[in-house]
Amino acid sequence: MAVSEASFKESRLEVAGATIQMRTAGEGSPLLILHGELGFPGWMSYHETLSTSRKVYAPSHPGYDESKGIDWMMQVRDLAGWYLEALDDMGLDEIDLVGFSFGGWLAAEMAVMDPSKFRKLALVAPTGVKPEEGEIYDIFLNLAPDYLREAIHDSSSCAEFDLICPEEPSPEMLELWEIAREQSCKLGWKPYMYSLGLKHLLHRLKNLSTLIVWGGNDKIVPIDAGRIYQESIPGSTMQVMENVGHRPEIEKPGEFVKIITTFLDSK
Amino acid sequence: MFIGHFTERPYQDPDSGYFGATGLPIKDLSVSNEIYDPILGSALYNRYLDEKVYAEEMGFDGLMLNEHHSTPFCMGGAMNVEASILARITKKAKIVLLGNILPIWDDPLWLVEQLAMIDMISKGRLVSGWVRGTGRESVSHNAPPAYNWERFQEAHDFIIKAWTEPGPFRWEGKHYQYRYVNPWMRPYQKPHPQIMLPGVVSRDSIVWAAKQRIPYIMLATQLEPTRQSFQVYHDTAKEEGYEAGSQNFGYLWKVHVDETEELAEEVARKFVQGPSNPFLAGNEGTANPALLKLPGLTSRRRVLPTANVATANRGGQLSRSFEEQVEDYTIISGTPKTVIPKIRHVLEYLRPGSVFFWDGDGAMTHDDQMRSLRLMGEEVIPAVREIADELELRSPFEVSPKTGEPIGEISEEAAVPTGD
Repeated sequence: MAVSEASFKESRLEVAGATIQMRTAGEGSPLLILHGELGFPGWMSYHETLSTSRKVYAPSHPGYDESKGIDWMMQVRDLAGWYLEALDDMGLDEIDLVGFSFGGWLAAEMAVMDPSKFRKLALVAPTGVKPEEGEIYDIFLNLAPDYLREAIHDSSSCAEFDLICPEEPSPEMLELWEIAREQSCKLGWKPYMYSLGLKHLLHRLKNLSTLIVWGGNDKIVPIDAGRIYQESIPGSTMQVMENVGHRPEIEKPGEFVKIITTFLDSK
Repeated sequence: MFIGHFTERPYQDPDSGYFGATGLPIKDLSVSNEIYDPILGSALYNRYLDEKVYAEEMGFDGLMLNEHHSTPFCMGGAMNVEASILARITKKAKIVLLGNILPIWDDPLWLVEQLAMIDMISKGRLVSGWVRGTGRESVSHNAPPAYNWERFQEAHDFIIKAWTEPGPFRWEGKHYQYRYVNPWMRPYQKPHPQIMLPGVVSRDSIVWAAKQRIPYIMLATQLEPTRQSFQVYHDTAKEEGYEAGSQNFGYLWKVHVDETEELAEEVARKFVQGPSNPFLAGNEGTANPALLKLPGLTSRRRVLPTANVATANRGGQLSRSFEEQVEDYTIISGTPKTVIPKIRHVLEYLRPGSVFFWDGDGAMTHDDQMRSLRLMGEEVIPAVREIADELELRSPFEVSPKTGEPIGEISEEAAVPTGD
């Protein structure tokens, strides 16, 4: 964990017929953070900073970490539909939604299904659309640590890299990676990490304020996917962070949080 | 006793750089097919078919084929094509497919059809094994590894139903859906061809086989862990209320016979001199750890004792030398005189009702294989049958694995009920 564990509260939440791991911190308007294909990365400095001005919800999706999987979920759209029901059960509306990588795809699917549920949407290097240039890095044909190293542009100057990818991962961490890879495989094996339909549905977000954030040196999801998202969502903006790979929130958390809070605080 | 012949049918290219005693190891899924020579491939396919025909002539009961994808160590990417040819050009031997890789078939109705055709053309000689496949298979045919076990079980249930129940019917499953199942071919054997399940690693698979009373064939593992893994089958059988016997077990291992001890050793060393083969101890090549960790392909916990001593590319630790393998009986080579007592040891130790001699592989030539097949036919096979009779090792074609009851003589007109 990047910061003191006391700064957030972890609980088991029973919602929408499932039990999931949830972490919450802070007070104010709700901000839901959806993790990527390797599961919850730990409570990082970006979680902490974002929770100073709003209430952060950081769940583990069903099938990731200690959240039990749901048998019928075979595609990301299934998971998105489940999440909307979970948000109903939690009594949340006017939600700010941030998703990373696979979690960005999930966020986009949720928003497309019910744009009125959300106040703002931030997609950080999301998978979910098929880039016209380049291919999405194959996480299933690479080991988790190799993938994580590829995801960071410059790990030597990345303070939190050791937290998400220690030199010698604990057996528990290795197991959590495998659990996450298995669930991501169930949802994203074929077509690999995108939905052919999503691009055409993104127009539904025409009235939802949407920001797309991409690292200029992303070797996991080609930046061309960002272009497609941006062109498909009317009124959306795209911000590229230079000298950053696929994980801007880990590589440059200060700059990243500033971009996100500026966006969330804007009218 | 049922005696089968097996080779992986390696793509033997002496000019490839990865062949022979000094050949470079191959990392799994790392060789481009730009070096593939179809003229050479043509010669090899025909050679391996010729060897199967000769194996039948020399008295083998079973001609075993297997299937792997996108790799030089096994040319059987479409094994059912080879099986179809054997169905027509052989007469007596069973065609043993170990096996079709169920989870990679998006449309298992094709399997229902192809296998029923092979069974009819061969007049009831098909033995239809299933496997779950290893990482390269899932990757090559883009089948989701996390659903490998679910798809395996559903495809099996679907195929058995399509073979045994009149159509048309619908199948609305989790992984397979059909609105009109009515294949215009039925298996020659009733109720359907014998199913077998080969494997090495998965505890789920052997328990499943025991519950279905399907013979389990252990592939090239060491003797003691194999015996321990067979015990899992025995224990499951007890829980299910039956006693498993030799008809429920098979074992495949490397056996080469030759004219002199010196020649036998020289040729047997070629087992480890072909293109790297992840399943061929001593020449496994370089492990591709990502393939081993393909998400959800097999349970990370429910593994068999054999998994720990499997080749490195099976998730095990060991890369055993030729000498070590000779020492522990996983390679048996010599003249018939020296080979027969060693085979007896294996039969006594494991008590299988089916054995498959893995031969003619690696860098072995056609002549190497033909000499061995001839000597097997002349001396080894008759001796092994005698030993098996003495040890009362009955094959699944003598004693039904399904009922434990003896099976009558097979006549060509009326195929005997077999199967699970």
